Amino acid sequence: MDKYNIEELNSMQLDVLREIGNIGAGNAATALASLLSDKVDMAVPVLRILEMDEVTASIGGPENPVVGILLAMSGDVSGLMMFVLEDKFFGMLIKSILGKDCDDLSSLDEMDLSLLKEIGNILAGAYLNAMAQLTGLTIKISPPDIAADMAGAIMSLPAAMFGMVGDKALIIREEFIKGERITSHLIMVPELDSLNLILKRLGVM
Amino acid sequence: MKIVSGDNILITYALGSCVGTCIYDGVAGIMGLSHILLPEKNLCPGDTNVYKFADSALSKMVSEMKAYGASVHRMNAKIAGGAHMFASSTIKIGERNVQMVKSELNRLGIRIIGSDVGNNYGRTMECHAADGRVLIKTVNRSIVTI
Repeated sequence: MDKYNIEELNSMQLDVLREIGNIGAGNAATALASLLSDKVDMAVPVLRILEMDEVTASIGGPENPVVGILLAMSGDVSGLMMFVLEDKFFGMLIKSILGKDCDDLSSLDEMDLSLLKEIGNILAGAYLNAMAQLTGLTIKISPPDIAADMAGAIMSLPAAMFGMVGDKALIIREEFIKGERITSHLIMVPELDSLNLILKRLGVM
Repeated sequence: MKIVSGDNILITYALGSCVGTCIYDGVAGIMGLSHILLPEKNLCPGDTNVYKFADSALSKMVSEMKAYGASVHRMNAKIAGGAHMFASSTIKIGERNVQMVKSELNRLGIRIIGSDVGNNYGRTMECHAADGRVLIKTVNRSIVTI
Protein backbone atom coordinates (compact mmCIF):
# COMPACT_ATOMS: atom_id res chain seq x y z
CA MET A 1 0.00 0.00 0.00
CA ASP A 2 1.23 3.51 -0.80
CA LYS A 3 2.10 5.75 2.06
CA TYR A 4 0.72 9.25 2.11
CA ASN A 5 2.92 12.17 2.98
CA ILE A 6 1.27 15.24 4.49
CA GLU A 7 1.36 17.13 1.20
CA GLU A 8 -0.30 14.29 -0.71
CA LEU A 9 -3.50 14.09 1.30
CA ASN A 10 -6.70 14.22 -0.73
CA SER A 11 -9.73 16.32 0.13
CA MET A 12 -11.58 13.48 1.87
CA GLN A 13 -8.61 12.72 4.09
CA LEU A 14 -8.28 16.40 4.91
CA ASP A 15 -12.00 16.58 5.75
CA VAL A 16 -11.61 13.75 8.23
CA LEU A 17 -8.63 15.43 9.88
CA ARG A 18 -10.56 18.70 9.93
CA GLU A 19 -13.40 16.96 11.73
CA ILE A 20 -10.99 15.69 14.38
CA GLY A 21 -9.84 19.29 14.65
CA ASN A 22 -13.43 20.47 15.16
CA ILE A 23 -14.13 17.94 17.90
CA GLY A 24 -10.78 18.66 19.52
CA ALA A 25 -11.44 22.41 19.42
CA GLY A 26 -14.83 21.84 21.06
CA ASN A 27 -13.17 19.82 23.81
CA ALA A 28 -10.52 22.52 24.18
CA ALA A 29 -13.11 25.31 24.50
CA THR A 30 -14.93 23.29 27.17
CA ALA A 31 -11.68 22.72 29.06
CA LEU A 32 -10.83 26.41 28.83
CA ALA A 33 -14.29 27.44 30.02
CA SER A 34 -14.02 25.22 33.10
CA LEU A 35 -10.51 26.51 33.85
CA LEU A 36 -11.67 30.10 33.65
CA SER A 37 -15.12 29.40 35.18
CA ASP A 38 -16.54 31.49 32.39
CA LYS A 39 -18.26 31.09 29.06
CA VAL A 40 -15.90 30.60 26.13
CA ASP A 41 -17.15 30.58 22.55
CA MET A 42 -15.20 29.41 19.57
CA ALA A 43 -15.11 30.04 15.87
CA VAL A 44 -14.88 27.09 13.46
CA PRO A 45 -11.23 26.05 13.50
CA VAL A 46 -9.27 26.22 10.28
CA LEU A 47 -7.03 23.33 9.31
CA ARG A 48 -4.32 23.95 6.78
CA ILE A 49 -1.32 22.22 5.30
CA LEU A 50 1.51 24.69 5.06
CA GLU A 51 5.16 24.91 4.12
CA MET A 52 7.38 25.49 7.12
CA ASP A 53 8.06 29.14 6.28
CA GLU A 54 4.33 29.68 5.79
CA VAL A 55 3.72 28.23 9.25
CA THR A 56 5.84 30.99 10.75
CA ALA A 57 4.04 33.59 8.63
CA SER A 58 0.66 32.23 9.72
CA ILE A 59 1.54 32.65 13.39
CA GLY A 60 2.26 36.33 12.93
CA GLY A 61 5.67 36.36 11.26
CA PRO A 62 9.12 35.33 12.51
CA GLU A 63 9.51 38.04 15.14
CA ASN A 64 6.01 37.82 16.62
CA PRO A 65 6.38 37.24 20.38
CA VAL A 66 4.63 33.99 21.27
CA VAL A 67 4.57 31.22 23.81
CA GLY A 68 5.09 27.71 22.45
CA ILE A 69 4.24 24.58 24.39
CA LEU A 70 5.83 21.47 23.01
CA LEU A 71 4.66 17.92 23.60
CA ALA A 72 5.96 14.69 22.18
CA MET A 73 3.47 11.98 21.18
CA SER A 74 4.25 8.33 21.70
CA GLY A 75 2.37 5.04 21.91
CA ASP A 76 0.56 4.07 18.68
CA VAL A 77 1.23 7.52 17.24
CA SER A 78 4.62 9.22 17.36
CA GLY A 79 5.47 12.76 16.54
CA LEU A 80 5.49 16.27 17.92
CA MET A 81 2.74 18.63 18.82
CA MET A 82 3.15 22.33 19.48
CA PHE A 83 0.63 24.73 20.91
CA VAL A 84 1.33 28.36 20.06
CA LEU A 85 -0.34 31.16 22.00
CA GLU A 86 -0.22 34.75 20.81
CA ASP A 87 0.25 37.60 23.31
CA LYS A 88 -3.46 38.45 23.67
CA PHE A 89 -4.18 34.82 24.53
CA PHE A 90 -1.53 34.35 27.22
CA GLY A 91 -2.26 37.85 28.55
CA MET A 92 -5.93 36.92 28.99
CA LEU A 93 -5.12 33.59 30.69
CA ILE A 94 -2.76 35.18 33.18
CA LYS A 95 -5.13 38.06 33.86
CA SER A 96 -8.10 35.70 34.41
CA ILE A 97 -6.32 33.11 36.53
CA LEU A 98 -3.57 35.00 38.35
CA GLY A 99 -5.15 38.45 38.24
CA LYS A 100 -1.98 40.01 36.89
CA ASP A 101 -1.46 42.24 33.87
CA CYS A 102 0.91 40.74 31.40
CA ASP A 103 1.15 42.05 27.91
CA ASP A 104 4.56 41.02 26.69
CA LEU A 105 7.05 38.19 26.96
CA SER A 106 9.43 40.05 29.26
CA SER A 107 6.81 40.24 32.02
CA LEU A 108 6.33 36.46 32.16
CA ASP A 109 7.80 34.91 35.31
CA GLU A 110 8.32 31.26 36.32
CA MET A 111 4.85 31.00 37.81
CA ASP A 112 3.22 32.35 34.64
CA LEU A 113 5.18 29.96 32.44
CA SER A 114 4.29 27.04 34.63
CA LEU A 115 0.60 27.97 34.38
CA LEU A 116 0.78 28.34 30.59
CA LYS A 117 2.58 25.04 30.30
CA GLU A 118 -0.20 23.30 32.17
CA ILE A 119 -2.88 24.98 30.06
CA GLY A 120 -1.07 23.96 26.88
CA ASN A 121 -1.01 20.45 28.22
CA ILE A 122 -4.77 20.48 28.87
CA LEU A 123 -5.63 21.99 25.48
CA ALA A 124 -3.34 19.64 23.57
CA GLY A 125 -4.90 16.78 25.53
CA ALA A 126 -8.33 17.90 24.33
CA TYR A 127 -7.26 17.41 20.70
CA LEU A 128 -5.44 14.18 21.34
CA ASN A 129 -8.44 12.72 23.13
CA ALA A 130 -10.60 13.48 20.11
CA MET A 131 -8.10 11.74 17.90
CA ALA A 132 -7.68 8.77 20.24
CA GLN A 133 -11.43 8.29 20.55
CA LEU A 134 -12.10 8.43 16.81
CA THR A 135 -9.22 6.18 15.85
CA GLY A 136 -9.18 3.80 18.81
CA LEU A 137 -5.44 4.37 19.01
CA THR A 138 -3.48 4.87 22.21
CA ILE A 139 -1.65 8.18 22.21
CA LYS A 140 0.56 9.16 25.12
CA ILE A 141 1.97 12.61 25.57
CA SER A 142 5.19 13.67 27.22
CA PRO A 143 5.30 16.28 29.98
CA PRO A 144 5.01 19.70 28.32
CA ASP A 145 7.97 21.93 27.65
CA ILE A 146 7.70 25.67 27.11
CA ALA A 147 9.53 28.52 25.41
CA ALA A 148 8.55 32.18 25.22
CA ASP A 149 10.30 33.89 22.33
CA MET A 150 10.06 34.97 18.70
CA ALA A 151 7.78 32.71 16.62
CA GLY A 152 10.55 31.82 14.18
CA ALA A 153 12.89 30.71 16.94
CA ILE A 154 10.18 28.64 18.62
CA MET A 155 9.38 26.94 15.32
CA SER A 156 13.00 26.00 14.68
CA LEU A 157 12.81 22.74 16.61
CA PRO A 158 9.68 21.39 14.90
CA ALA A 159 11.06 22.77 11.62
CA ALA A 160 14.22 20.76 12.06
CA MET A 161 12.15 17.69 12.91
CA PHE A 162 9.82 18.27 9.93
CA GLY A 163 12.87 18.92 7.84
CA MET A 164 13.75 15.28 8.25
CA VAL A 165 10.34 13.96 7.14
CA GLY A 166 9.03 16.56 4.68
CA ASP A 167 8.61 20.27 4.40
CA LYS A 168 4.95 20.62 5.28
CA ALA A 169 3.03 20.77 8.51
CA LEU A 170 -0.53 20.33 9.64
CA ILE A 171 -1.75 23.41 11.45
CA ILE A 172 -5.05 24.11 13.17
CA ARG A 173 -5.85 27.72 13.87
CA GLU A 174 -8.45 28.13 16.55
CA GLU A 175 -10.17 31.27 17.71
CA PHE A 176 -11.73 31.40 21.14
CA ILE A 177 -14.05 34.24 21.98
CA LYS A 178 -14.10 35.50 25.52
CA GLY A 179 -14.90 39.18 25.26
CA GLU A 180 -12.43 39.50 22.41
CA ARG A 181 -11.07 37.05 19.89
CA ILE A 182 -7.96 35.24 20.99
CA THR A 183 -6.06 32.94 18.73
CA SER A 184 -4.11 29.77 19.29
CA HIS A 185 -2.40 27.55 16.78
CA LEU A 186 -1.88 23.84 17.08
CA ILE A 187 0.88 22.44 14.93
CA MET A 188 1.05 18.71 14.47
CA VAL A 189 3.94 16.71 13.12
CA PRO A 190 2.99 13.07 13.07
CA GLU A 191 5.64 10.73 11.76
CA LEU A 192 4.84 9.35 8.33
CA ASP A 193 3.84 5.90 9.61
CA SER A 194 1.67 7.40 12.33
CA LEU A 195 -0.15 9.68 9.87
CA ASN A 196 -0.89 6.68 7.69
CA LEU A 197 -2.08 4.62 10.65
CA ILE A 198 -4.47 7.41 11.65
CA LEU A 199 -5.90 7.64 8.12
CA LYS A 200 -6.28 3.89 7.97
CA ARG A 201 -8.15 3.77 11.26
CA LEU A 202 -10.45 6.54 10.07
CA GLY A 203 -11.27 4.53 6.97
CA VAL A 204 -9.87 6.97 4.41
CA MET A 205 -6.96 4.96 3.15
CA MET B 1 21.31 32.40 1.30
CA LYS B 2 22.05 35.88 0.01
CA ILE B 3 25.12 37.73 -1.19
CA VAL B 4 25.38 41.52 -1.35
CA SER B 5 27.90 44.32 -1.64
CA GLY B 6 27.89 48.10 -1.17
CA ASP B 7 25.98 49.39 1.83
CA ASN B 8 23.28 46.74 1.78
CA ILE B 9 22.00 45.07 4.93
CA LEU B 10 21.24 41.36 5.19
CA ILE B 11 18.83 40.15 7.85
CA THR B 12 17.84 36.71 8.98
CA TYR B 13 14.98 36.70 11.49
CA ALA B 14 14.44 34.71 14.63
CA LEU B 15 17.17 32.10 14.58
CA GLY B 16 16.36 29.43 17.14
CA SER B 17 18.33 26.21 16.80
CA CYS B 18 19.21 27.33 13.26
CA VAL B 19 22.60 28.96 12.72
CA GLY B 20 23.22 32.13 10.72
CA THR B 21 26.71 32.50 9.23
CA CYS B 22 27.81 35.86 7.89
CA ILE B 23 30.95 35.67 5.75
CA TYR B 24 32.61 38.93 4.77
CA ASP B 25 35.45 39.99 2.49
CA GLY B 26 36.05 43.53 3.64
CA VAL B 27 38.45 44.40 0.81
CA ALA B 28 36.07 43.38 -1.97
CA GLY B 29 33.12 44.57 0.13
CA ILE B 30 31.23 41.34 -0.47
CA MET B 31 29.07 39.77 2.20
CA GLY B 32 27.14 36.50 2.27
CA LEU B 33 24.60 35.30 4.83
CA SER B 34 23.58 31.68 5.22
CA HIS B 35 20.79 30.31 7.44
CA ILE B 36 21.01 26.58 8.03
CA LEU B 37 18.41 24.38 9.65
CA LEU B 38 20.24 21.10 10.11
CA PRO B 39 23.86 19.99 10.41
CA GLU B 40 24.02 17.31 7.75
CA LYS B 41 22.55 16.57 4.33
CA ASN B 42 22.28 12.88 5.06
CA LEU B 43 19.58 13.56 7.71
CA CYS B 44 17.19 14.22 4.80
CA PRO B 45 17.95 11.84 1.98
CA GLY B 46 16.46 13.17 -1.24
CA ASP B 47 16.32 16.78 -0.13
CA THR B 48 18.06 18.82 -2.82
CA ASN B 49 18.10 22.16 -1.00
CA VAL B 50 21.83 22.54 -0.29
CA TYR B 51 21.28 25.81 1.63
CA LYS B 52 19.43 24.00 4.41
CA PHE B 53 22.40 22.00 5.70
CA ALA B 54 25.65 23.18 7.29
CA ASP B 55 27.77 20.60 5.47
CA SER B 56 26.64 21.78 2.03
CA ALA B 57 25.50 25.41 2.46
CA LEU B 58 28.75 27.10 3.46
CA SER B 59 31.01 25.74 0.74
CA LYS B 60 28.31 26.65 -1.81
CA MET B 61 28.02 30.18 -0.48
CA VAL B 62 31.79 30.65 -0.46
CA SER B 63 32.12 29.51 -4.06
CA GLU B 64 29.32 31.89 -5.11
CA MET B 65 31.00 34.74 -3.23
CA LYS B 66 34.21 33.95 -5.12
CA ALA B 67 32.29 34.25 -8.39
CA TYR B 68 31.41 37.82 -7.33
CA GLY B 69 35.07 38.61 -6.78
CA ALA B 70 35.59 37.75 -3.12
CA SER B 71 38.70 35.89 -2.05
CA VAL B 72 38.79 33.14 0.58
CA HIS B 73 42.00 34.30 2.25
CA ARG B 74 40.36 37.68 2.98
CA MET B 75 37.13 36.20 4.33
CA ASN B 76 36.14 36.04 7.96
CA ALA B 77 32.96 34.81 9.59
CA LYS B 78 30.51 35.76 12.31
CA ILE B 79 27.99 33.21 13.54
CA ALA B 80 24.82 33.37 15.63
CA GLY B 81 21.98 31.10 16.72
CA GLY B 82 22.21 27.43 17.65
CA ALA B 83 20.05 27.91 20.72
CA HIS B 84 18.49 25.11 22.74
CA MET B 85 14.92 26.42 22.72
CA PHE B 86 13.21 23.66 24.69
CA ALA B 87 14.93 22.42 27.83
CA SER B 88 13.69 18.84 27.63
CA SER B 89 14.52 18.25 24.00
CA THR B 90 17.13 15.52 23.81
CA ILE B 91 18.09 16.06 20.20
CA LYS B 92 20.55 18.88 20.50
CA ILE B 93 20.07 20.32 17.03
CA GLY B 94 21.34 23.79 17.95
CA GLU B 95 24.57 22.46 19.38
CA ARG B 96 25.11 20.09 16.45
CA ASN B 97 24.46 22.91 13.99
CA VAL B 98 27.07 25.12 15.68
CA GLN B 99 29.63 22.30 15.72
CA MET B 100 29.13 21.55 12.04
CA VAL B 101 29.27 25.23 11.03
CA LYS B 102 32.52 25.65 12.96
CA SER B 103 34.08 22.56 11.45
CA GLU B 104 33.01 23.59 7.92
CA LEU B 105 34.48 27.08 8.37
CA ASN B 106 37.66 25.50 9.67
CA ARG B 107 37.81 23.16 6.68
CA LEU B 108 37.28 26.09 4.31
CA GLY B 109 40.03 28.07 6.07
CA ILE B 110 37.77 30.90 7.23
CA ARG B 111 38.39 32.38 10.66
CA ILE B 112 35.49 33.04 13.04
CA ILE B 113 35.92 36.56 14.44
CA GLY B 114 32.60 36.91 16.24
CA SER B 115 29.94 34.63 17.62
CA ASP B 116 26.81 34.69 19.73
CA VAL B 117 25.59 31.11 19.93
CA GLY B 118 23.90 28.61 22.25
CA ASN B 119 21.78 29.39 25.31
CA ASN B 120 18.00 29.25 25.06
CA TYR B 121 16.74 32.30 23.22
CA GLY B 122 16.01 33.38 19.66
CA ARG B 123 18.16 35.85 17.75
CA THR B 124 17.67 38.10 14.74
CA MET B 125 20.90 38.75 12.86
CA GLU B 126 21.42 42.02 10.98
CA CYS B 127 24.57 42.18 8.87
CA HIS B 128 25.95 45.41 7.36
CA ALA B 129 27.91 44.97 4.15
CA ALA B 130 29.37 48.49 4.38
CA ASP B 131 31.59 47.70 7.37
CA GLY B 132 31.01 44.03 8.32
CA ARG B 133 29.12 44.88 11.50
CA VAL B 134 26.66 42.23 12.72
CA LEU B 135 23.91 43.17 15.17
CA ILE B 136 22.12 40.56 17.26
CA LYS B 137 18.59 41.38 18.40
CA THR B 138 16.61 39.37 20.94
CA VAL B 139 13.30 39.69 22.76
CA ASN B 140 14.48 40.50 26.27
CA ARG B 141 18.09 41.53 25.89
CA SER B 142 19.80 44.64 24.58
CA ILE B 143 21.30 44.64 21.09
CA VAL B 144 24.74 43.08 20.83
CA THR B 145 27.27 43.89 18.09
CA ILE B 146 29.64 41.11 17.13
